Amino acid sequence: MLDVRGLKKVYEGSGRRVEAVRDLTFTVDAGELVCLVGPSGCGKTTLLKCVGGLLTPTAGEVLIGGRRVTGPPPDMAVVFQEYGRSLFPWMRVRENVELPLKQKKLTAARRRELVADALASVGLMDAAGAYPWQLSGGMQQRVAIARALAYEPRVLLMDEPFAAVDAQTRADLEDLVRGLWRQRGITILFVTHDIDEAVYLGERVLILSSSPTVVQEQLKVDLPADRDQLHTRVAPRFAELRTHVYEQIQAAKRGTPVADRLVKDLTDTPPPQ
Amino acid sequence: MKGLERVLLRLLLVVALPALLVVAWWYASDGSTDIYWPPLRTILSTFPDVWTGERLREDVLPSVLRLSAGYACAAVAGVALGTVIGSYRGVRAVCEPVLEFLRAVPPPVLVPVIMLFAGIGDTMKVVVIASGCVWPILLNTVEGVRAVDSVMSETARSYGITGVARLRHLVLPAASPQIFAGLRQALSIGIILMVISEMFAASNGLGFTIVQFQRGFAIPDMWTGILLLGLLGFVLSVVFRFVERRALGWYHGARDASRRSS
Repeated sequence: MLDVRGLKKVYEGSGRRVEAVRDLTFTVDAGELVCLVGPSGCGKTTLLKCVGGLLTPTAGEVLIGGRRVTGPPPDMAVVFQEYGRSLFPWMRVRENVELPLKQKKLTAARRRELVADALASVGLMDAAGAYPWQLSGGMQQRVAIARALAYEPRVLLMDEPFAAVDAQTRADLEDLVRGLWRQRGITILFVTHDIDEAVYLGERVLILSSSPTVVQEQLKVDLPADRDQLHTRVAPRFAELRTHVYEQIQAAKRGTPVADRLVKDLTDTPPPQ
Repeated sequence: MKGLERVLLRLLLVVALPALLVVAWWYASDGSTDIYWPPLRTILSTFPDVWTGERLREDVLPSVLRLSAGYACAAVAGVALGTVIGSYRGVRAVCEPVLEFLRAVPPPVLVPVIMLFAGIGDTMKVVVIASGCVWPILLNTVEGVRAVDSVMSETARSYGITGVARLRHLVLPAASPQIFAGLRQALSIGIILMVISEMFAASNGLGFTIVQFQRGFAIPDMWTGILLLGLLGFVLSVVFRFVERRALGWYHGARDASRRSS
């Protein structure tokens, strides 16, 4: 569904040349939930913007369903970290969710249906008439998720969406995303700097190196599909996986991939296409 | 009950200072024999005689209409040009020095120039008002449009909200607090220019009437004109405030919400 091939992004400006992303190649299958983790400042956001068609890569390409991304694709939605700056404060919740649908030229009846359905599935039916700033941070991010769902994307990009909410809200939102993913079968690429979150949510975790970024490792998360905050997080396998990811990230910071004894039985690296 | 008390207290605070000033004026001028400085009592008793229905229709109404026309032209031109200039960095770089220069020219000095090609009729007055009001609106719009949040902008792009829809749903609402700040400044400039333009080559209007009274040594009448101008400015500012509160309800709400949480 999502193919990233040899992606490279170099920022040039005012005499400085920053190579944010060196060479990234990975794929995300249709209906898969893949988490990207990496040390802070490793170009996760740059990568996501390239995938979302908001930035033009310096080299390489991004394909969605076999079509090359040259601008924001119509079957992709993005949830940003800064929910407060992503929702329009002059619109009520309902209008925020509906606006992208108007651009899609859907009929009013269809729009109403999609908005109601999306708000119901994030548990915000009652807040439709409120302004975003009247809601808590967690609720605002739910609105942003509802807006993305109503858009009916095939691919959903999430850029550290829960980095700015408190721990309890975050746990709820993680379960919400996993629940929605299982219900709707959307392909999700979830960027985070939180190792536990990546292992808890993902079917697969891509560990990025520090900048200039390459894929350090791809790790299959062989936890059961039914996960919950209480049991999954204390499962021995969860601990093993998160320890491994943690070690890899530490190694990435130092710049040397570890030849870890776990790597062999933990990783299942799909060949880059 | 508590709410009512609070409203009454606020009302009291609002009217206290104006009332004090009027009382001070009343007593300070009472018994004054200075012809240029008549007692407030005289001014107030002259007021209804001067500002009859006919006068209001033939002097005040034309003034207000010219002000409205000039102000409206300035608002449309200022927001439209400001949006274009604010949206494109290249245009901004080219225009900014010129704008700074034009803004620095005091609008009243343009009156003789504008008279040369716009004549001495209503057109001249409307052009004078518009040419003075347009700057604060234009410059504030440029700033507001320029400052559209980058995350909102990317959100709009990723959802395919571009072109006219982007302008309507993102750029103009995001810039509206700044635009209103410009409109507010422009309103007071507009009133000043309304009066000044009527002092040059006019046959009616508030400014014209006040100057006529002054030249005819009808000093109390002149003072009533000044009072009326003050009242007009006050009423316009109240109306403006009302419109702004309605249009920017979201802005004030969001600002209060972020103040409470921080």
